[in-house]
Amino acid sequence: MSIGHTLLGLLESGPRHGYDLKRAFDEKFGHDRPLHYGQVYSTMSRLLKHGLVEVDGIEAGDGPERKRYAITEAGITDVAQWLATPEKPEPYLQSALYTKVVLALLTHRDAADILDIQRAEHLRSMRILTDRKRRGDLADQLICDHALFHLEADLRWLELTAARLDRLREAVTA
Amino acid sequence: MTATAPPPGSLLAAADLRKVYGPTTALDGAAFSLHPGEIVAVMGPSGSGKSTLLHCLAGIVTPDSGTVTYDGRELSAMTDAGRSALRRSEFGFVFQFGRLVPELTCVENVALPLRLNGTSRREAERAALSWMERLEVADLGRKRPGEVSGGQGQRIAVARALATRPRVLFADEPTGALDSLNGERVMELLTEAARSAGAAVVLVTHEARVAAYSDREVVVRDGRSRDMERLV
Repeated sequence: MSIGHTLLGLLESGPRHGYDLKRAFDEKFGHDRPLHYGQVYSTMSRLLKHGLVEVDGIEAGDGPERKRYAITEAGITDVAQWLATPEKPEPYLQSALYTKVVLALLTHRDAADILDIQRAEHLRSMRILTDRKRRGDLADQLICDHALFHLEADLRWLELTAARLDRLREAVTA
Repeated sequence: MTATAPPPGSLLAAADLRKVYGPTTALDGAAFSLHPGEIVAVMGPSGSGKSTLLHCLAGIVTPDSGTVTYDGRELSAMTDAGRSALRRSEFGFVFQFGRLVPELTCVENVALPLRLNGTSRREAERAALSWMERLEVADLGRKRPGEVSGGQGQRIAVARALATRPRVLFADEPTGALDSLNGERVMELLTEAARSAGAAVVLVTHEARVAAYSDREVVVRDGRSRDMERLV
């Protein structure tokens, strides 16, 4: 999962401090793996350097200065490109795909589009494996079958998610 | 209404299809195209409208609006008899359950569409056996459908569908009633036989492993279709 893109996506709804970003990330995506503060700040400086976010304001307090970040037009374009790019089909990609779907819903984009693009990418891999299997020996067939069953499991998850998008939208935007 | 021109080079094309059954909208502006020799999977969840799309494409169901064009002819402009003749001569069908005639032997089942088209018994059964050989079920010729397994029955159904040398084979969940191994063999043989015969295939399935035998997929959801080749 791309933490940078996820944080950028979270900034689309409005400027936030680093601490708010961490809290929003942990709440939506970090149930079992919350972000470290260090990760948030290093990611934000990278995004700042690349012009994908800008400092929207600085609050001076007793402790260190608190920067408030806002997403730039280039940042919005970067999120859109990331969302539209299918993930490489491989086992256990659900967390990346889940993040994309939730962010699309949060930013009022078409989440069904993301699932459709991903299905097409998976099927492209499955066609290659099916063809290899047809030409190969039994060992090839078994190796390809293993990969095919994993890809099929992803797709079953994808179809179930597609069928539950309305409920998921309600849940994440509540 | 202005008719939408079918995509250049397409053999079978549909545009803006709508079909309503009582309170249910089965198709809501679906489109489709198939080129000669191409295998296209129609995917989508249960109730998405994919079977209705297949029935409209094959001229079995008349859409409420929209056009289906086969080889330059618009299906809605044809008479019922004309559409029936088209289905007999140009189209082949395989369904989830073989729908073989239980009283006939397997070779008689495969020969049946040829017999209905006027071919002599001897010639029809000779052609039927040659198709059964391709589908690896030639040894079952004298058995009746009740005496063969589900996978064998589907292979006989595929042989029957291809015996008239159709230009389009419509397959509606052809492996839906089979286990993985038998389903796979049916798909291998079906696609090999269709490709070698030059038949295009409209393959309706909700299974990704089956759709992986196609050249591309069209996704149907809520009665609307999406051609993934144009999206990606």
